[in-house]
Amino acid sequence: MSEPVHVLYCGECTLPVEYCEFGKTLKKCKQWLHENNSEQYNKLYNSEAPAQSSLSKEREAEISESLAKMQLKEERKQAREMRKLQQEKILIKRIPRTKHKNIIAISNLDQFDIDMKKLAKKFSSKFATGASVSKNIEKKEEIIIQGDVGEEVEEYLIEMLKEKGLEGVKVGIIDEKRHLRKKKEATGI
Amino acid sequence: MFKKFTKEDVHTQTNVKSSVQRALKAKLVDEYPKLESVIGDLVPKKSSVVLYRCEDKIQLYAVDKEVMFYQNFDELLPALRMVHMHPSCFPRVQVDRGAIKFILSGANIMCPGLTSPGAKLPDEDWPEGTTVAVYAEGKENALAIGKLLMSVDEIKKVNKGMGIELIHYLGDGLWDFNVD
Repeated sequence: MSEPVHVLYCGECTLPVEYCEFGKTLKKCKQWLHENNSEQYNKLYNSEAPAQSSLSKEREAEISESLAKMQLKEERKQAREMRKLQQEKILIKRIPRTKHKNIIAISNLDQFDIDMKKLAKKFSSKFATGASVSKNIEKKEEIIIQGDVGEEVEEYLIEMLKEKGLEGVKVGIIDEKRHLRKKKEATGI
Repeated sequence: MFKKFTKEDVHTQTNVKSSVQRALKAKLVDEYPKLESVIGDLVPKKSSVVLYRCEDKIQLYAVDKEVMFYQNFDELLPALRMVHMHPSCFPRVQVDRGAIKFILSGANIMCPGLTSPGAKLPDEDWPEGTTVAVYAEGKENALAIGKLLMSVDEIKKVNKGMGIELIHYLGDGLWDFNVD
């Protein structure tokens, strides 16, 4: 009895696989299990014997119906949120510091369920520069990276979004205050 | 307890001293005597135990970055992943299939769900306040941790109203809580 038991957890909903049927994402869970552990999949979803139950047939039907309803609702909700996310846009701003030095500010990231602090840390080690999370004028969080790494950041972000299945999200680079700088240079002469 | 638990509820995080760790282990064995044979594996001597102090005086103990126990006031309670690993170490009750749905959304367990044909209650009488692992008809693994609101005999006799207060269930805030 001292041996620990290892339970297989679903990769989609994190519950033990036998509870997927009560979760909100049964379809995805099924797919996941099929790909990752077909033995368990056959046992759970393809066996002939119905789940053992002491309940009457009507009650059983009631339960499965309400579950199906909930799952459908959840699916629609997710699709809706996905669509909303697709229309979002990530902004990468290049802000000049001195004549030849720029910093990069990435804003509008918060909708995408990204840990900003971690990402900043990652950037700082990736580009070997300082990177931090700070609040901008609109009181929203953004990542500030020291150094002109806009293109690399863009590439990285697009790659990251692809992994999350958010290909439609736009990533745009803007140069800020360029005209202002020019004016300064003109007056400086 | 953990229905609306998020990362923001964690106030501080500290490493636990090895002497405190030893006391913790002793307390665990005291509360769940069957754990004695596995406690060495559960909390290895060289492991780092981290204590998270959270909102509402909840304290979480994480062993090697996995939340194993939590504490509200004085009692130590096991997390579900831990119950899955050592199922035989905790007192168990079973509910019928109809109740699963409600438990997974965080409801307290009503007596009829514990006394119907699909459910199982122990033969002996446990007093009110006992911590139990809740299992379900046709399922292998525990789906919740709860605390008896009546003694087992009373549940059988009264068969009405709330029988178990739900503390921690699959898919709640603590289940989704990730250490880093």
